[in-house]
Amino acid sequence: MRGIVKHFPGVLALKGVDLDARPAEVHVLLGENGAGKSTLIKVLSGVYPPDSGEILFEGKPVHVRSPHDAQQLGVSTIYQEFNLVPEMSVAENIFLGREPLLNRRLGIVDRKQLFQQAREVLSTFDIQVAPETIVKRLGIAQQQMVEIAKALSLNARVIVMDEPTAVLTAHEINHLFKMIQDFKQRGIAIIYISHRLEEVKRIGDRATILRDGAAVGTVLVASTPVDELIRMMVGRDLKDKFPKLSVEPGEEVLRVENLRRKGVLHGVSFHLRRGEILGVAGLVGSRRTEMARAIFGVDKIDSGHILVRGQRAEIKSPSQAIRARLALVPEDRKRHGILPTISVKHNITLSMIKRFARIGILDLGSEKKAAQGYADSLRIATPNLDRWAMYLSGGNQQKAVIAKWLGVEADIFLFDEPTRGIDVGAKVEVYQLMGELVKRGAAILMISSELPEILGMSDRVIVMREGRIAGEFTRAEANQEKILSCALGGTFNQQTGTGAEA
Amino acid sequence: MSEVGLKEIERQVSVGSDPHSRAGFLHRIPWGRIGMPAVLIILCILFGAINPNFWSVMNLTNVSRQISILALISIGQTFAILSAGIDLSVGSLLALVSVVAAQQMLNFGLWGGIAAGILAGALAGLVNGILIAKAKLPAFIATLGMLIAARGIALTLSGGLPVVGLPHAFLFLGAGKIGPIPVPAVIAAVAFVFAHLVMTRTRFGRYVYAMGSNEEAAMLSGINVVKYKTLVYVLSGMFAGIAGVVLTSRVISGQPTLGEVQELYSIAAVVIGGGKITGGVGGMWQTLMGVLILGVLANGLNLIQVSSYVQNIVIGVIIVLAVYVDLARERRR
Repeated sequence: MRGIVKHFPGVLALKGVDLDARPAEVHVLLGENGAGKSTLIKVLSGVYPPDSGEILFEGKPVHVRSPHDAQQLGVSTIYQEFNLVPEMSVAENIFLGREPLLNRRLGIVDRKQLFQQAREVLSTFDIQVAPETIVKRLGIAQQQMVEIAKALSLNARVIVMDEPTAVLTAHEINHLFKMIQDFKQRGIAIIYISHRLEEVKRIGDRATILRDGAAVGTVLVASTPVDELIRMMVGRDLKDKFPKLSVEPGEEVLRVENLRRKGVLHGVSFHLRRGEILGVAGLVGSRRTEMARAIFGVDKIDSGHILVRGQRAEIKSPSQAIRARLALVPEDRKRHGILPTISVKHNITLSMIKRFARIGILDLGSEKKAAQGYADSLRIATPNLDRWAMYLSGGNQQKAVIAKWLGVEADIFLFDEPTRGIDVGAKVEVYQLMGELVKRGAAILMISSELPEILGMSDRVIVMREGRIAGEFTRAEANQEKILSCALGGTFNQQTGTGAEA
Repeated sequence: MSEVGLKEIERQVSVGSDPHSRAGFLHRIPWGRIGMPAVLIILCILFGAINPNFWSVMNLTNVSRQISILALISIGQTFAILSAGIDLSVGSLLALVSVVAAQQMLNFGLWGGIAAGILAGALAGLVNGILIAKAKLPAFIATLGMLIAARGIALTLSGGLPVVGLPHAFLFLGAGKIGPIPVPAVIAAVAFVFAHLVMTRTRFGRYVYAMGSNEEAAMLSGINVVKYKTLVYVLSGMFAGIAGVVLTSRVISGQPTLGEVQELYSIAAVVIGGGKITGGVGGMWQTLMGVLILGVLANGLNLIQVSSYVQNIVIGVIIVLAVYVDLARERRR
């Protein structure tokens, strides 16, 4: 790709970016949110037409006007949100739109052939998924494998992966990386987008760093220290990846006793103190999100108590939770956090709107002023607050979600994967924000699948497994091995022989 | 090095001769805000040029009277569509309201009849709201049921016959004038201003947009979705109630056959204005533009003697075109 320029109304998203991918290499695309990574790969994969610049494939300029064009060329993209039809089988998904036909004119699908070909693709790359399985019954990691199989069945020469590991567990990541090594041996070029620098070190050959829509440089990963990569991404030195403030924990503000929900939570108990960040670790599927939703009154609980500031609290709906000054920053920002077609301003003020209302009528002036205040204090980057929230970068969207809770004086925060899909710079800002919150006397429950984050930010860590609390560690005790073995239960012990503490 | 230099120059040239500097000018015009008013003005100029009678006071009074019913039910429709729902029942509710208002007017007098009519609309809306918000039925299905059932109730109550013998004073609502302006138009205008203020300046309005944009996030933000969704349909029913009473006055009888396919025109008005059928996008001002465009179009095509058959073709094309242009504009973002 050469000199790619892309405008959006009010924003120059790409200012002439070059990117080249060579066969049998993993080319990492690094950059903060809003740096232009997603836009660049959308241009490459035919979603957006570039305003200027050209794409060359095997030395020849090509026109990529649609995702179909890109696929024909051999460029397949695996997005964070999968493009699978959940109700269809694995095989049908792999060959969607290219089904082998019994009768060309009538369009009758040759199902035997379909499953046979799917099986071949899957077995070639050692993907352990049965072609007959309905996709919605698969876990996220397996769905990703189906996406990869789909790309491979198109004879992809270039595979673009947009943060493929964001939703995977450590074990699944290992498997994915083994596959990527396999692709390399087959001469496939991989363009790999990730925020996790340790992964980049593990898997990347070269890296191109984007900042503010321009390529800052392309480096060899092996010979570039992580600090240097970070400096190139953010344009400054980030001294501390986890700016942890030490706050003396105060009195208990939240106590959860024996929370049960049939088939989901099997007696969850813990407590949370003022000024404390309580990390909640666990594997995907350990019901951490479900626990947060139950506490916040979204899902009904069958039995158990929630005590807020020493008082039994009846929390049957989010509005009751908010009245008890609880706040939930949900895991899935796009589905649960952001109101996409509403202005940033109105996103921020949604929960605190009562403050500006007299008999239901709003004082728009003071609403605007308040929104501006929160946007400034959280440094939400947007040309103006009337912009729809969907046009903000992930990190700024997350800040808007957090801003929403500042105005209702929430002081018990349930953060669910607070930095998922956010780049390094914005991550640090979110951490700093969490630090400020606890310093002001808030308490934070932080669900996270990133162990460094759990270890770096938590005062105390609880580990969940299958709807139960499987263990608890102080900050001093906690380390990767202990938390992992606790989260995995017995399996990990047998495999590695290390003793579990929990 | 020379190659790098060349590339750099190429890039600067390509940025300098920015292919978008011209498009950029067009981009800067806020089409979303002035596009539809512009279309409306162009239509008016066009029809006025072909037939100067278009601008006559009598014709303009006629247009305003004709569109006031559509205007009133489109207000309710806007609430429903903005909240990511739809209200298919508003057309049939006109008939139900008309029959109820007329019958109760014979029993309880002028004001009793008017109140009963509006109440009937609001009650039907409440049923819609409970089915949609509480029983979680798709709005399309719940209001489709009401569309058919309300017509049935109107026919049952009236025995299929017009309810006649309404008091003479009732005529004022449909046929009267305040200054040069027909009363129905005044009612519709007041209703629009009221609804616009509700949508832009009240908590309720904010919640309607929020629910329409992302219901799950709205719920997690502490909005009582069941309550406010129900209220949306009650309001829609209430505006259908007002419209039904005005319409009853215009035909000075209770008619169980009124309002057929009006629900579809109200949906058309919302989307022509720029409202999104998936919710969260649009507003009363936009809907007003949609109503005016539909009204001027129907009137103007009449004046230039286009047959009513052909009129339908034109209106159908315009609806699809309006949404297409909107989508195309969005895709360019």
